[in-house]
Amino acid sequence: MQHEVWALTGIGAVALLSFLLGFQGARSARTTSDFLVARRAVKAQRNAAAISGEYLSAASFLGVAGLILKDGANALWFPIGFTAGYLALMLFVAAPLRRSGAYTLPDFAEARLGSSNLRQLSTVFVLVIGWLYLVPQLQGAGLTLATVTKLPYWVGATLVTALVMINVLSGGMRVVTLVQAVQYWVKLFAISLPAFVLFLVFLSDHSEHRASLSQPMPPTFVETTVVKVETDVTLQVGNPVRVVAKGIVDNDRPVDGVLIWNVGTHKVKAGTQLTFPAGASVPVASGQPLFNSTWLRPQSDSWSSLFQTYSVIFATFLGTMGLPHVLVRFYTNPDGRSARRTTQFVLLMLSVFYVFPIIFGLLARLYVPQLLITGNTDAAVLLLPNAMLDNWVGIALGSITAAGAFAAFVSTSSGLVVSVAGVLSTDVLKGKVRDFRTATLISGLVPLAVVFAVHSSDLSRAVTMAFSLAASTFCPMLVLGIWWRRLTAVGAAAGLVVGGGLCLLATVYTLATGGHDGWLSQILAQPSAITVPLAFLTMWGVSRATARRVPLDVSRTMLRMHAPDRLGFIRDRDVTDGVTTGADDDGRMRSGRHRRG
Amino acid sequence: MNDHLDRFSPELTGAGGPPVPARPGDRPPRRVKVVLADRRGAKRVPRTLIELEEQTKIGEELVKNLVNAQLRTSVLVAATTLVVLCTFPMLFRYVPNFADASLFGIRLPWLLLGAVPFPLLIGAGKWYSRRAERHERDFINMVEN
Repeated sequence: MQHEVWALTGIGAVALLSFLLGFQGARSARTTSDFLVARRAVKAQRNAAAISGEYLSAASFLGVAGLILKDGANALWFPIGFTAGYLALMLFVAAPLRRSGAYTLPDFAEARLGSSNLRQLSTVFVLVIGWLYLVPQLQGAGLTLATVTKLPYWVGATLVTALVMINVLSGGMRVVTLVQAVQYWVKLFAISLPAFVLFLVFLSDHSEHRASLSQPMPPTFVETTVVKVETDVTLQVGNPVRVVAKGIVDNDRPVDGVLIWNVGTHKVKAGTQLTFPAGASVPVASGQPLFNSTWLRPQSDSWSSLFQTYSVIFATFLGTMGLPHVLVRFYTNPDGRSARRTTQFVLLMLSVFYVFPIIFGLLARLYVPQLLITGNTDAAVLLLPNAMLDNWVGIALGSITAAGAFAAFVSTSSGLVVSVAGVLSTDVLKGKVRDFRTATLISGLVPLAVVFAVHSSDLSRAVTMAFSLAASTFCPMLVLGIWWRRLTAVGAAAGLVVGGGLCLLATVYTLATGGHDGWLSQILAQPSAITVPLAFLTMWGVSRATARRVPLDVSRTMLRMHAPDRLGFIRDRDVTDGVTTGADDDGRMRSGRHRRG
Repeated sequence: MNDHLDRFSPELTGAGGPPVPARPGDRPPRRVKVVLADRRGAKRVPRTLIELEEQTKIGEELVKNLVNAQLRTSVLVAATTLVVLCTFPMLFRYVPNFADASLFGIRLPWLLLGAVPFPLLIGAGKWYSRRAERHERDFINMVEN
């Protein structure tokens, strides 16, 4: 009970902090450009903190540790890819995109290729990617509140949605920039402090338990553990286990008493309660490495798992540049050079952060292995402090991680809602402040509805779907659009349809069938190593075939995107309220030839 | 043209000291040279910049060169990083000893995947932005001289 109160206090503190910052900033937000782009006056470091704060979502805060607990060494590719994406963004996109003056991806499509149809197509994909990314955030929020307080799943999701709406509606992006920058530090603190303390506890733990991570045996329970199975599951048992079961086990047999499980697989129905004695081997949900020794080695025994590894690298490396909430953030840099500097800081901040979820994942295998039974591994970060420290320190650390997780949902969801709403209000509705508010409501409520309809596990994998869609659509459009003169609107549209269409089909298939172990399912679960090259090829091929439709102003666009900032060719978007000056629609340079300093 | 006005101000107020308010009956105020067009300023809009702006053949060629130089650097950095990262899964698959080795009590794959990529990415980013800025400086020097 005490535990719940403290966790709720932590969450409440984070909620209050975001709200107060939001309220403070709301008083200075007046015009449309305040709402959308924070008056383009945010400094590189704070901007980097804001980007990182916005980017470190449920998938990073909870999901990475969960996947490491479950999949071991292979899961390390997720944090690597989540970081590497920013390198690709810096190499190919950051500075030129900032100079192009495009605020959203549809803006870029239209400015570069001059086609309003392409703009609409891009709008559709921005909405889909944004919503695909929002759903796991809200699921994570539901999971967190359900884990620490036993409140129903939907309460957390609804609470986060409401908080985000209040924040966004009260001040838009300027507020969100400040909130995001603070939230990076909140999250870093909330994961690093517990990780340090728990690692010290681990070092001072001299039981034989400690050395078991490299042994060819399943993880073992530290103490007598009660597990409630919430969805049907097939368990693999590596060492014979004595278990007290209450519910339906093994071929629909109702049981209430002691069972001896032999080596093999055992089916357990939802609602069953299992009690394991201390020291017993942990059964592991099927499809995951059972023995610690196999878990410790990178698994690349089959071609399809190798393919999946490469697909994850591809999707995350190339997908980050196509995420709408990340790109919007770059527009708050004053010029191309500072966009690069910002990315540099982001790489540093993310690298520091990801050390800690990895530590959590490793320790979780030793101290909360019961999560392997339910498959609910995303809760590892939340449960580990209490499992390792059975005193007030554990409770305090547990509430800190809960608060940090909450910060993760709030910040990522805010960023996503702002960018999705930005696109909705400028492209689907008319760009006035009032419509931005309507758009905010729509962009928050749609994913909330999806959360009620669909249940899925593995936050990191769910987020990777959004990454692969972004990598198969916007990555080729941005890279070719920025570096290749001969891209045409028809080519770009064809590439979007082929890459995005195939990726969406694969996603729908995976969601519908739940994913199997066959090689086809494995490929469809991570399709980007195929869909990204296909999208590039389509864009290239179709553009060559429609070579006569290369936009006439391509030279001017290229000049604007690549000329160094000092020469003053940079363009700022003409925001509809008419306050901003310059940037005539015919693309002439603003405020004369010289913009020095 | 703000910077032109700035250049006037020291001459108007006298060298250094605060402006002295003119009183009637004093000496006539010191003569000030008023320059309406600064010839050094006129030089600041070099021929090449006009060529860039007016999209002449030469201007276009210059931009193409810059874009190609930048793209070469980007592709070089991206390819190096990807090759390094993509070698790891192959190594683990085809050199089993490699996947089982350990260093300081930590398994090599964990060390390689947990500690190597992050400094590598930061270093690659740093190297790239230095190169990219150098290309831009070169371009500015060429345009302004």
